[in-house]
Parts: sequence; structure tokens; C-alpha cells
Amino acid sequence: MAEVGRGTRVFRGALARLGGALFVLWMVATLTFFAIRLIPGDPAEAILGGPGSQTSPEALAAVRAEYGLDQPVLVQYLAQLARLATGDLGRSYSLNQDVAPLLIGQLGGTLLLAVLALGVAWLLALGLATWSTRGGRVAWSVGSGLEIVAAALPHFWLATALIVLFSVWLGWLPPISTPGVAGLVLPVLTLAVPLAGFLGQIMRESLLTALESPFVLSARARGESERGVRWVHSIRHAALPAISLSGWAFGSLISGAVVVETIFARPGLGRTLLNAVTVRDVPVVVGAVLIVAVGYILMTLLTDLAQRIADPRLRTR
Amino acid sequence: MSDLEIQAGLGRSPRANRQHRPPRRFGVAEALAGLFTIFLVTAALFPALVAPGDPLGIDPLSAFQSPSPAHWFGTDESGRDIYTRVSHGTGSSLLIGTVATLIGLGLGLVLGTLAGMLGPIVDFTVNRFLEVLFAFPGLLLALLFILIFGPGVATATVAVGLATAPGYARIIRGQLLSVRSSAFVEAATVLGRSPGQILVRHILPNTLAPLFVLGTLGIGQAIVWASALSYLGLGAAPPAAEWGAMLSAGRTYIGSAWWMSFFPGLFIVLTAVSATALGRGIERRLRHA
Repeated sequence: MAEVGRGTRVFRGALARLGGALFVLWMVATLTFFAIRLIPGDPAEAILGGPGSQTSPEALAAVRAEYGLDQPVLVQYLAQLARLATGDLGRSYSLNQDVAPLLIGQLGGTLLLAVLALGVAWLLALGLATWSTRGGRVAWSVGSGLEIVAAALPHFWLATALIVLFSVWLGWLPPISTPGVAGLVLPVLTLAVPLAGFLGQIMRESLLTALESPFVLSARARGESERGVRWVHSIRHAALPAISLSGWAFGSLISGAVVVETIFARPGLGRTLLNAVTVRDVPVVVGAVLIVAVGYILMTLLTDLAQRIADPRLRTR
Repeated sequence: MSDLEIQAGLGRSPRANRQHRPPRRFGVAEALAGLFTIFLVTAALFPALVAPGDPLGIDPLSAFQSPSPAHWFGTDESGRDIYTRVSHGTGSSLLIGTVATLIGLGLGLVLGTLAGMLGPIVDFTVNRFLEVLFAFPGLLLALLFILIFGPGVATATVAVGLATAPGYARIIRGQLLSVRSSAFVEAATVLGRSPGQILVRHILPNTLAPLFVLGTLGIGQAIVWASALSYLGLGAAPPAAEWGAMLSAGRTYIGSAWWMSFFPGLFIVLTAVSATALGRGIERRLRHA
């Protein structure tokens, strides 16, 4: 076999992954396009305000012509793909606004929430994992129990409990998300705690495996302190599987944002998506779903590349 | 990965060991989870046994009472007893969770079996399809489904089932592949058994036990998701005594009557935790059996 440079191999792997990601994106667009056609009723009527509204046949015909609904399905599909490729997500039925700028304007708030929650979740999970593997049987059971309970906490209930505790009883934090830092605390905590439960379960297991591995034994044999063994050698290995979960964590945070933004009356992608589902504003839902799918695909792509660079064993695959 | 794959403890090293992991002698958690499950099943089948009152019985004079010996979980805005309502809601919440899990498991079983049994081309196709579904993470697939078919208990249940199916499919595929490459399947092949016989006699029985664990873990998650949809107004609607719908109704009175939201939610959490504890317990017993 010809000797191929390491850089080339990484590059080739990256190219293959990129191709795969583009394929998934295309399929996501295709799937949503055809799924939307399953909606009962006439889309032209939905555009003009739903089946209940009194619409003249002329108005319906005009809308059909404007949106290309009188074209064959294949033509509509190709036109849709062409529009998506240029970043055009169509026009909202209910908000009289283009979908792409509307959703991009909402994206910032949700991303801020998600990134902060991810950070807090990591800290909580790492802290719990290290503490529960250091203590004895009791610490182990408490740690594992806390993780299971945290992972089972539904966002909507945790949010309610936090609001009752910190806003109603103690009066420390606002029950509705105000623009300042204080308004972020409860939404971020609500998103972070269940995520920390899931991440903690993974981290604790990999931390254990790392603590039992030969490189830790040799570090101990060299006379390194317990703290050095834990913080320098083991944590990195414990973190790797949790990093590979980033795509999943992203999806879970976005799902959580739908609930959290609604409860805390916080503007963002999640709340816009839920409102659009409730009033059946098809272009907004499709646009939001596509944006989330792109985000998810980007996340998995980035974690995959990061792992390829960090872990030599993955490069040859 | 999906919620379920994490809960099911995939990728955990089987030899992770004794030095840091204290051995379990007997499961207090499993025992408590079992007791709570017995209570739930009783409440689901014979609600009058655990709560004799009427879940829809309005009594405006005793509205908004905080928890007391007369009303353990307090009363709501129409004076209905929350404990009675939570108990009577168990049936619908468990039913939704179970049906959603069965739908998810069923779809996952079909997709996973296709991928795991029919050779590399089908495997490749199904895997790409699953990748596409995973790009609609969590609630997204469920929301898309509800957009198409409209809100309601039935659609929310199917939506949750659909949203969990890709996770099941991937776990089942992995399980099938590992069973298929095992020595006893090889032996059966060498002895000239037909692929159908091998699937039914050898492979399926060895994947069913883990499926039972997955289903147990999955019911908890499905109940959490379905109640989230009800809470968001897309599933069961008040005055139904479904837990998510009850929480949603209590949202208005969060400042004055915390018990209206707290107790239905507590039951969701306890159910999910019990499902996880039981699932883990069964898994451990299967592994060491």
C-alpha cells in the first residue's frame, strides 16, 4: 500500500464526511417537502387564512399561481430545493414576514441559552462524576441516583419548581426571562440539570474505565499524586465520550428550548417553532426544522473531525 | 446517540471493575421502584381502589386548598381533589407511554432487523435513513408530525413513538449484528439451517431480552415526552386528568397554588425514575444470569 501522508488521510476522511453531511441535508429537505404534502386540505386555503375563511376561487387561483402550487410536484420540489439552496425559506402564513430573517433573528437568544446550559451541564456532570468515583459506596449510590433523577426531570416541571422556589417563595429571580443576567439563571438551570444527568452517566463510566487503565497505573507507579492522576490523565479520557455526544446534546437542548422559552416567555427559535406548530404556519415550522437539522449536522461533523484529529485510531477508518 | 442509548448504558465497558465500583448486594432502589410501579398499575386498572373520589367532581367551596389530611395533594381551581385526579390520570398517562413505546419499538424492530439481517446494501440504506431521522432531534420529529396530523392525544402518542424509533432501530441493529456473529449462529449455519429458521430460533430470542429492558427504560422517557407535548397544548387537553395536561392547567396558578403543578409533575418524575431503576435492575440480572 502506498504511503499516504497523515494530512491527506485526515483530509480525505473529512471530505467523505462532508459529502455524507450534504447528502443527509438534501434528504432532510426532501423528507420535509414530501411530509408537508400529507397535510390534509388545500395549501392555497391555508395561505389565505385556513379552511374556515371565505375565499373566492379567483383568489385561490392567484395564490396557486404565485406559490407555484399549480405546477407538477416534481417542478415544485426542484423549485423548493433551488430556493433552499439560496437560503430562501419562503414566507410565513401568519406573520406576513419572510421566514429566513425571522428565524435568524430568533437564533441568537436560543444559541446563547444552549451554550450556557451546555457549559453548566458539563461542570455539574464532571463535578458529580469526580466526586462519586472518589467516595465510597455511599457516594457512588448518591451520584448514580442523582444522575438518574436529573435525567428523568422533565423541563416543564423543573422550570415550574424553580419558579416556585426562586421567584414566588424567595423572590430572588424573575419568573419571566428578563433581558439581564438574572433572567437567564432559571432558564439555563432548567436546561442544564437534565442534560447533566445524561452526561454524568456517560462520564462516570468512562472515568472509571480510565482510572483502571494501564496509563493511570503507570502514572501512579511514577509516583504522581492522586490529584494529578485524576485531573491530568483521567478527566481527558472521561470527557471524550461525552464530547462525542455533542450532536445529541445539541438536539436535546433545542427540544428543551421549545419548552423553556415558552415557560419563561423568552423570545427564541423554540418558542417561534411552537407557536408556528400551534397555528399551523407550515413555512415557519419547516424553516425552523431545517435550521435545527443544519445545526445538528454541523455539530456532528465538527465533533467527528475533532475526534479524528484527537484520536489517531479513528483516522484509518 | 439518543436519550435511550444513554439510558441503556451503551458503550459502557463490561470489565469496568470492582476497585472503584462497589458491588451491589440488594437493590433498595429496585424495591422502591417496584412498589411504586405496583401502585401505578393498580391506579391505572382500578383507580377507585387507590382514590375513591370523583376526579371530575367539582366543589367550588373547597377550591385552592393546600395539601391537608382531607386533600393530600390539595385541590384545584374548581375544588377537585388533586390526589384523586393524579391517580385517575395514571391510566391515560401509562397507556400513552406504553403505546408510544410499542410503536417506537415496533418501528425500530422492523428497521433494525432489515439493517441487521438483509446484508450490507440494505444496512447501508437503512443507516442513511436513520441518519436523516436523527437530524430531526428530540421533539422536532414529533412537532413535525403534529404539524401534519394536528394536535391531540392520538397524534401525540404516535408522534412520540415515531420520534423514539430511530434510537431503538440503532440499538436493535447493533444487538442483531453482535448476536449474528456469535458462535451458536455460526454453528447453526454450518449445520444447514435456513436463514428464516436461524432468525426465529436463534437470533430473535437473544435480542428479545434486551428489548424488554429497552422497553422498560423507554416507557419512562415516552411518558416524559408525551406529557411535555400535553403541557405545550399539543396532546391531551384539560379537563382530562392526564399528568401533562394537569400541569399545564396549574401553570396559571403557579404563584398561589404550587401543589397544582407540583404533584402531577412529581408522578411523572417518579414514574420515569422507577422505569429507569427497574430497567437497569432487569438488565443487570440478565447480564449476570
